[in-house]
This record gives sequence, structure tokens and C-alpha cells, in this order.
Amino acid sequence: MSAFFELCGVTKAFGGLVAVNDCSLTIDAGGIVSMIGPNGAGKSTIFNLITGLYRPSSGEIRFEDVPIGGLRPDQVARRGVARTFQNIRLFAFMSALDNVMTGAHAHMGATLLDSLLHTPRQRAEERRVRDQARELLQFVGLEKSAADDARNLPYGSQRRLEIARALASDPKLLLLDEPAAGMNPSEKAELLALVRRVRERGVTVFLIEHDMALVMEISERITVLDHGEKIAEGRPAEVRADPRVIEAYLGAPA
Amino acid sequence: MPRPPEKIVFAGIVLAFAILPALVTNQGFINVLVNAGIFMLLAIGLNIVVGFAGLLDLGYAAFFAIGSYTYAMCASGQFGLHLPFWPMLVVSALIAALFGIILGAPTLRLRGDYLAIVTLGFGEIVPQTFLNLEQFTGGPNGISAIDSARIGPYVFGLNPVPYYYVVVVLIVLSLIATVNVRDSRLGRAWMALREDEVAAAHMGINTTTAKLAAFALGASFSGLAGVVNAALLTLVSPDEFKFNVSITVLAMLVLGGMGSLTGVVVGSALLSLLNFFVLPQATVIAQQFGLNLDFTNYRFMIYGFILIFIMLFRPEGLIPSGQRKAELRASRVETEST
Repeated sequence: MSAFFELCGVTKAFGGLVAVNDCSLTIDAGGIVSMIGPNGAGKSTIFNLITGLYRPSSGEIRFEDVPIGGLRPDQVARRGVARTFQNIRLFAFMSALDNVMTGAHAHMGATLLDSLLHTPRQRAEERRVRDQARELLQFVGLEKSAADDARNLPYGSQRRLEIARALASDPKLLLLDEPAAGMNPSEKAELLALVRRVRERGVTVFLIEHDMALVMEISERITVLDHGEKIAEGRPAEVRADPRVIEAYLGAPA
Repeated sequence: MPRPPEKIVFAGIVLAFAILPALVTNQGFINVLVNAGIFMLLAIGLNIVVGFAGLLDLGYAAFFAIGSYTYAMCASGQFGLHLPFWPMLVVSALIAALFGIILGAPTLRLRGDYLAIVTLGFGEIVPQTFLNLEQFTGGPNGISAIDSARIGPYVFGLNPVPYYYVVVVLIVLSLIATVNVRDSRLGRAWMALREDEVAAAHMGINTTTAKLAAFALGASFSGLAGVVNAALLTLVSPDEFKFNVSITVLAMLVLGGMGSLTGVVVGSALLSLLNFFVLPQATVIAQQFGLNLDFTNYRFMIYGFILIFIMLFRPEGLIPSGQRKAELRASRVETEST
């Protein structure tokens, strides 16, 4: 059986700097998996490779058995991979609802002519996408903020809006880049519940996170990265006990 | 559909403009209005590129030139073709759109200042090309004796009133189309592109096609404007489409409020009024007082002052779109606090 998603020996070098070195990992459909590692370990670079922002220097990225390495971000998104960003990248001056509707761009079919004439087909589609966007805002608990500009939302809400926007593309795989960064404990608890509900929608979740307690609690499998290389992989308990992981985080024993 | 306030504004303007020629018997003033209408069409088109998609285009006059020359070549003695005015409106819009894509394609990777410089270059190249392709375009003399529009046996000739109605109808249709596009999948894609190109691409927006659609649609309106312009003047020449036309249209957007359709209408109306009416009239009056002053020569100095005041006191334009206003205010606060 082939994998839902896999990285096969992916390397990314920026000039002489090797950010990701010969990294392989496999994700099965339907779970929540995480990637951890110290700052600069290459976690976000891997996300950027997956979503097409960067091209791998070598190696292959396969999603549902199709190679996606080197595709443009919009092509990757159309295949069903959505993401959030480490430093929130909402459309700050658009309303929360418009942000989510923009997320649905890929599975809308209105052409330029439909848009110019507002054909019945186009109107029906707009209505459908607007309803779906409202449903997603409700899903992340932002139904009251639909008309607010994204930039005016509190920080935690912006993080959740980014998730709603990503879900609007109806993804099969959702990449969350440090979704809990800067959140207080109660916001983190809400996020944890939200991520679980995302999985219940049938979306596989792959997240980068620094908060160990959160990662250990939520993840089924964890990949540990250090200096661009995978140093450990397994269930949370295994990873926690791995001496190389402890070394990477705390330094080698004297 | 337009939101209620916009709808009312549009309806009011349309009504006022429909009855205007009955009240104004001075043909000179109707001519001023037709010219203002041509510039309004240009402003509506440029607003799609600059206001919606955020692509700063300083060579927009090139498409106006292409539209004008398309009609001039197809409806004059130049090649002995005398194609009718009405279908040529569509043909010119399509040809201008095609050139929007051709000239837009090389700029896709450019942003901000770099994009502005390259479009500025295209804006200079196009009239220069028309100047030098003498065997097709008549070179510096341009093309004259262009056919005027006609409906059946009724030839418009040099009477500006029928052109006036043509322009009003074109503006209304253009505004409806523009509002429709703004409130659609494509309009959202443009705004997303303007705000964050990387994030937009990750939403599945093909940034290449979205930008080319903006260039094409924006250019098509100047194709319409070009046909009316050529038919009204019955003459085109390369020096009609210089850099100052591009800058005038951009100044209309800045004055009215980029991205705001009401702003575009008001901004272009005000500058056109200044350009085609106030300054020439002021010159006439000055001469009556024995002053040998030609105010039209000070046009760009006056634009300059207007734009400086707008930037200082109302950077979002006279009638901004809500979104753009917030953007500009926010970026100003940022600059002030750093």
C-alpha cells in the first residue's frame, strides 16, 4: 500500500546552507502528526517545500501517490494541501468572511465572464461559498466577527481565522505552522480541541509546534528535526525518551 | 450587485447625465463632457489594475493609443477599410485586452517600483512604435478622416451630442461590470494578491492568471475609450498618447480614491472639468482682462499642488473605498511611529 503523504530524501540548500538534509517521512491519512525541533532545525522550510514556496534541491515529495515537489503553491493547494503560517498572513484589510471565501478560491469555477455578468451560476456559487464560509467561521468560533477586518481581531482569533481560511479549500492535508505560538493556556486548550475537531472532519493534520505539552498530548506520531536532519521519529513516549532528542534540546551531557 | 449607497449614487448620476444635453445647448460644453467621459472610462479601467489588483501601471495610455489606432486603421481611408463603429467597440476592447496580456506578461515577477518603471517604458514604446510604423500609421501625421459613428442612415458627424450618449452608456455598462467583478471570486483574488501575494498563492489563486486578467480587463476599457476618441476627433496622432495621459488618469484615481468606484467617477470628473473647462475658461477670462496668461500650460503644476494636498490631508482620496482607506491610514501610522 502506498502512503498518503511522503517525503523521500528531500534536501534543500540555500547556497551553501543546507536547511533540510535528506529528510524522509511518511504520514498516514486521518491522523494528527507533529514535527518538532529547535529553532532553525528546518521545520518551516519543510512546510515551504511541501506547499511549493520552495523547490527541493533533491528528493521527492509525494501526495496521494503523485509527486508534488516543484509545483507552484496554487497547484499544491488545488491538490488538497492547505496551510497556515508561522507569522500570521491573513488578508489584513479584508473581512473575516472574505478571508475565508478567498480560501475557497480553488474549488470555485466562476470564469471572468461569469464574474462580469454575475450569471445565475456565479450567484449560486457565491451563495454556496458564503454559506460554507459562515459555517467555517462558526466552526472556529468566529461567527460574530464575520464582518470585522482580519487585522482588528485579537491575536488568538487571527490564528483561528487562518485555520478557517485554510479549511475553506476543503483540504485533505492541513499544515499548521506553530498554531499555538503566543497563546495563553486557555487559548491553547481551545486550539487543542479545535485541531481535534478538524481531524474529525476527515482532515489529516501535520503541525509544527514548540509547546511540548501540547505536542505530546495531541500527536499520534512525532518527527524530530535538528540541523535539517531527522533525528528521531515515533510515538510521543518514544520520542520523549530518545537520548538524541534530549541531546538536541538540552545539549550533550558533560 | 452594488450596495445601496453606490446604487443611488449611480442612478442619480445617470439620470442627471441623461437629461443634461437638453439643458445645455452649448456644443462646446458637450464636447468637454465627452472628453471627460473618455477619461472616466480610462480611469475605470486603470482602477482595476492599480486600485483592485495593486499593480502600479504608469503606461496605461499605451492601451488608449492601441484602442484609438485600432479603430483609426479599420475605419478610415488608411487601408480602405470602413468597418462600422459598433462592432469595432468590441474588437478594439478585445485587441486592447490582448495587448494588456502581452505587455503584462513580462512584468509578472515585478512589484512596486520595478513594475512602475517597466510599465512606464511600455507607455513610451507604444506611441513611439506608432510614430515609426509610417506605412501603417501615417507616422507623425497620424491617421485622419476617420469614419464617424452612425446609426443606420444617421451619421454622428461632428455633433458631440450622440457621442455623449454613447459615452454615458459605456460608462454605465463599465461600472456595472466593474462592480460585478469586484464582488466576485476574481475580485477577491485581486485584493488578496494586493495584500499578500504569497498567502494568495497558497489559497489556490494562480497569481499569473489573476494578474493577467487584471491587465486584460483594465486595458479593454481603454480600448472602448480609444474608439470613441478616434471617431469623435476623426483624427489620431502619436502625440495624443504621451506620458501625461497616463499620469492624468492615475492622478484621477489618487484624487478620487483608488479602488473606490464612486471615487474614480468623482476624481475623473473633477480633473476633467479642470482640464477641459476651468483652465481654458480662465485663460479666456484672463485675456479679456488683457492678461496674456495661458492657464492650460500650468495644468501639471496645478495637478501637482492638488496631489500634494491630497497626500497630506486625505491620502485615501476624496471618496475612498473602506478597505483602501484603512490600509493607507494604517501604513501612515506605521511610518509615523517608526
